[in-house]
Amino acid sequence: MNEIFTRIFAIFWKDMLIEIRSKEFVFSVLVFAILELVIFSFAFSIRANMADMAASGILWVALTFGGVIGFNRIFAVEKENARLEGLMLCPVDRSIIYWGKLAGSFIFMLAVAVVVTPIFLILFNLPLLLPRLALIIVLAIIGFAAVGTLFSAVAINTRARDIMLPILFLPIIVPVIVAAVKATAPVLAGKAWGDILTWLQIIIAFDIIYLVVATLVFEFVIEE
Amino acid sequence: MNEDIKASSCAIEVRGLNKSFGERLALRSIDLRVSRGEHVVIFGPNGAGKTTLVKILATLVKPSSGSVQLDDIDIYDKPAQIRRRISLVSHQTFLYDDLTVYENLKFYGKMYDVPDLEQRIHEVIAWVQLESRLHSRVDTLSHGLQRRVSIARSVLHNPPILLLDEPEAGLDPHADAVIKDVLASINSGSRTIVMTTHNLERGLELGERVIILDRGKVVYQAAKHDISVKDFRQIFDQHTRISK
Repeated sequence: MNEIFTRIFAIFWKDMLIEIRSKEFVFSVLVFAILELVIFSFAFSIRANMADMAASGILWVALTFGGVIGFNRIFAVEKENARLEGLMLCPVDRSIIYWGKLAGSFIFMLAVAVVVTPIFLILFNLPLLLPRLALIIVLAIIGFAAVGTLFSAVAINTRARDIMLPILFLPIIVPVIVAAVKATAPVLAGKAWGDILTWLQIIIAFDIIYLVVATLVFEFVIEE
Repeated sequence: MNEDIKASSCAIEVRGLNKSFGERLALRSIDLRVSRGEHVVIFGPNGAGKTTLVKILATLVKPSSGSVQLDDIDIYDKPAQIRRRISLVSHQTFLYDDLTVYENLKFYGKMYDVPDLEQRIHEVIAWVQLESRLHSRVDTLSHGLQRRVSIARSVLHNPPILLLDEPEAGLDPHADAVIKDVLASINSGSRTIVMTTHNLERGLELGERVIILDRGKVVYQAAKHDISVKDFRQIFDQHTRISK
């Protein structure tokens, strides 16, 4: 068991070091997401009344489309110099590669959310301290990373991988996006836990489904 | 290395191997036996199927039919166990440009669960004479130096079977000479080696048995003995011409 975690961490840490030096994932996603927020903040002139579904939707559009850009990089880094072959030669179960990559995707997306969310709250004149929003974001990003990592591996072996990823990713992730939008709106409006609980359960259920299915099918996706 | 590995004199056994990509047959009815510690060199023109054969032996590509056993284990029955016993060196280095030589070796060492990793990293990097570049980023190294790091990576877990797929491809003469020395020192050990190359001289120097592959078929196979490069070139031309 310890061996499994050591290897997952080795892949994760390798991706972290590469990202710290290249800044390709976080930087590109961040720029895109912030630009989206700024454009939306100008497009919607109503600010005080934005603590509703529209504001919630804007945050998740920024995170979702930013994520699509970033997930393309997750396996693209392995394509250069045939590094994927180097990984595939390692004596490890393919699911270990998936979980190592998943951990990286999750942390990168979380880093983006940590920067983007306060900017969103400031632009739309909302309170900065919203622990329940943080919980929704963490849970939704688990789903994003689970699906994004899997489809990044699918897309890497296709010719039009930049187009392929959003085509595959967005329809599958819709339940999580919808649930996240629906859960975020009452949080921004300052409503009670009861209003978000069902949506949180939906996100958790989809996270579990995505993680289990992706772990099982990853081997078939990544093999020749 | 593993209790399940039986004591057999045969390191690699390929029987009736076929591989097709769509309608194109890349390998046709390949039979091959490589004894433990034997050094086999596979020659062939471009598109002969050399790389496909090596990738199948490395578990990277699945055959369409036929069987491949390494140390009496079917490579798809226990792939992780097989991968522990093999390594592949190709013209691609598998190295991460943004990481240092040390970080690359440490990463692969952890993936292979290499014991005493720090010591082993220093051993292999000394062997390829790159101690002074251990903490240099890979993208600051020349192509030849990267290839040496790649060879160090390949022997990090001390694999008994080494697969070399045109390891000298794309190198300038100086880098090629250094790689030649490194490969010669690999050769002096007890490893089983299967190497593909276009370079007849290099192949004849390193191999104990030579195989010519053409259009996915083994068209010539013999122990090297004292065959000269000139004679072998004739044999190569003859066999690759006959099959056209």
